[in-house]
Amino acid sequence: MSRLEIIKTYKIYIGGQFPRTESGRYYPLKNKSGKVLANICLSSRKDFRNAVVAARAAFGAWSSKSGLNRSQILYRIAEMLEGRRTQFIQELQLQGSSVKAAEEEVNLSIDRLVYYAGWCDKYQQLFSAVNPVASSHFNFSVPEPSGVVAILAPQENSLIGLVSAIAPVIAGGNTCIALASENYPLCAVTFAEVINSSDVPGGVVNILTGTAAELNAHFASHMDVNAVVYYGSNEAQTKLIQENAVANVKRVFIHNKANSLDEKAQGPYHIFDLQEIKTTWHPIENIGAAKTGY
Amino acid sequence: MAKKETPKLDFSKGWGSTFAPAPESTSHIQVKKQYDLFINGKWVKPESGKYFPTINPATEQVISTIAEANEKDVNKAVKAARDAYNKVWSKMPAKERAKYIYRIARTIQERAREFAVIETMDGGKSIRESRDIDVPLAANHFFYYAGWADKLEYAFPNRIPKPLGVAGQIIPWNFPLLMAAWKIAPALATGNTVVLKPAETTSLTALKLAEVIADCGLPEGVVNIVTGAGKTGAALVNHPDIDKIAFTGSTDVGKIIQRSIAGTSKKLTLELGGKAANIIFDDAPINQAVEGIVNGIFFNQGHVCCAGSRLFVQEGIADMVISKLKDRMETLIVGDPMDKNTDIGAINSKEQLAKINDYISIGKNEGAEFYQSSCAIPKKGFFCRPTLFLNASQSHRIVQEEIFGPVLAVQTFRTIEEVIEKANNIPYGLSAGVWTDKGSKIFNLTTKLRAGVVWANTYNKFDPTSPFGGYKESGFGREGGIHGLHSYVKF
Repeated sequence: MSRLEIIKTYKIYIGGQFPRTESGRYYPLKNKSGKVLANICLSSRKDFRNAVVAARAAFGAWSSKSGLNRSQILYRIAEMLEGRRTQFIQELQLQGSSVKAAEEEVNLSIDRLVYYAGWCDKYQQLFSAVNPVASSHFNFSVPEPSGVVAILAPQENSLIGLVSAIAPVIAGGNTCIALASENYPLCAVTFAEVINSSDVPGGVVNILTGTAAELNAHFASHMDVNAVVYYGSNEAQTKLIQENAVANVKRVFIHNKANSLDEKAQGPYHIFDLQEIKTTWHPIENIGAAKTGY
Repeated sequence: MAKKETPKLDFSKGWGSTFAPAPESTSHIQVKKQYDLFINGKWVKPESGKYFPTINPATEQVISTIAEANEKDVNKAVKAARDAYNKVWSKMPAKERAKYIYRIARTIQERAREFAVIETMDGGKSIRESRDIDVPLAANHFFYYAGWADKLEYAFPNRIPKPLGVAGQIIPWNFPLLMAAWKIAPALATGNTVVLKPAETTSLTALKLAEVIADCGLPEGVVNIVTGAGKTGAALVNHPDIDKIAFTGSTDVGKIIQRSIAGTSKKLTLELGGKAANIIFDDAPINQAVEGIVNGIFFNQGHVCCAGSRLFVQEGIADMVISKLKDRMETLIVGDPMDKNTDIGAINSKEQLAKINDYISIGKNEGAEFYQSSCAIPKKGFFCRPTLFLNASQSHRIVQEEIFGPVLAVQTFRTIEEVIEKANNIPYGLSAGVWTDKGSKIFNLTTKLRAGVVWANTYNKFDPTSPFGGYKESGFGREGGIHGLHSYVKF
């Protein structure tokens, strides 16, 4: 008798755990010929809120890790992804990619993680400054992570799209909640397994599956989210996100022409987007001396 | 527990009256009776035909009348800016652009005294401050950004920066000329043209700046100044041919602007409200810290978005610091802003004074301990004595909300963890102050305070090379320094 294959249950990823959606809802994911590939969690607003709690809790420790440490952790993600190339290529094929396209996408995803791993301890020097103020003060500006970032990942190129969206955000010390591509969610969930086994602390990356139309407004309006990044060109959704972001003066980044397969889709300016510039002043003379510049 | 007696200085014998009045002369300044709009390099009558008075808040006397721009006027100004951008400014070699901006800086310096006097007359701030801080900083801001105009490619590694087009800029009344400089200088340096709307209570120095700009021979339409209140600002924000909105003002209005440009391709920077924590540790240089507290909250009558309006004093030194602070407050002279002895000038407007007084009654009702210095204040004009609320608690509205006046909410703390938690537990994140002699403690705090500017053992310092702007609901984008260029370019 031939052996019966074990089929994987695709779940969401919150705070380093793989729960099902609290809502109990799902949507069947079908391939082109109509065969059901998996029942995917239809995440709710409550799942998102739980993910924000996890991301906020993880922010302090993740943002205060050294650049070197974050760099090594991102490199570790690349290592783990490399080790599971075959599985990702197969999943991309299940979702309709050709073998060649799938291989290319996985290779590019691994390389992009390595690329951003290298930036973790370098972008600070690129974007910081010692400012030559005219008074006798030592004054410098450094980038600091914005905080918790909500990501509405690209619908196309679901693996490289997700990697390109998440990597610069966490490289810069932010934590995030990403909503995976609705129609191609398989490798997003499997990518969560890669994250989970890569020394990335729980809560730094949270990955949900579901529909953008349902969750966009919540991603944009949550009061404990500092920034929202939308990969898409739907004008009504863009406006909705921008309007909802007003509640707490969220930073909004719209990538309406993003092609994650393009080399230009990577770069330190993607890290810079999710950084705040902090400027510190200190008098130069001895405290208490005459004619000081307090 | 019995209250410890602290020695108190005796101010009963004429502290204020020992200084003879030393008013700055107003004879050399020129203010017209009526100001039109500055559009396309010309003074243009408003379509509405309406003018509104601008008053001296220290005397309540009308200084001049100002044109009220309506939608049609804003259309004209934006069209002028667009034409100037397309035909002249975007085609001009960067080094020539730079020279125009240098000229503006130089001319402000030449007319510095006139600017300072008008700033003080129109806005109520002390002449010492407008003379030594506002006007020189404004001139220096133009001078700094002028030099960037032909060096922009060095500011953005591996990118080629391009101007956005027409920038609509709306500024507040607390630093009228300086805010105009913060907005106009980087926009021009990066190759944009500008429509600027000053605040309705303080239009005069922006209009004088328009005179300077005309004198400098800037091509027509590169800078346009439209005066008016909120409706004028809304017309600017909603104009379809604007590429960029830069706003400095309250968080409430900032949110309205962010919402109204949703769905458009307009770029936005916001510099909004603040409620900064000024933190005094028990190892701080106490006398300097007291000066820092005073400068933090009473500078510019407390009309400062980055004012150190929440004081946190470590418990062991609280009694001593408060006692010294009260003594120092007694020496502050509140009165005629034109007098060179004056420390605290007039509150900018009747409305703002009413708002501050509202918060003072709120603070009393919330149960915080109220204290004001005993100084005399003029009978006419809008004035407020330096005010403390002791034993305030984190949930008080006077602790959570921006008052924008000389009112300080005081809390104590025991540990670093506690004060970081309290300092960050607020929607704002513009600035903070830290006072301690220990370097490692400073760096620990500056890293953990979620604020855009941190002053360590100093407070309220500004410089054209130093980026300024907030975290969280204090807005986004930076003004000043190399980072200030980001707000006005695309790649």
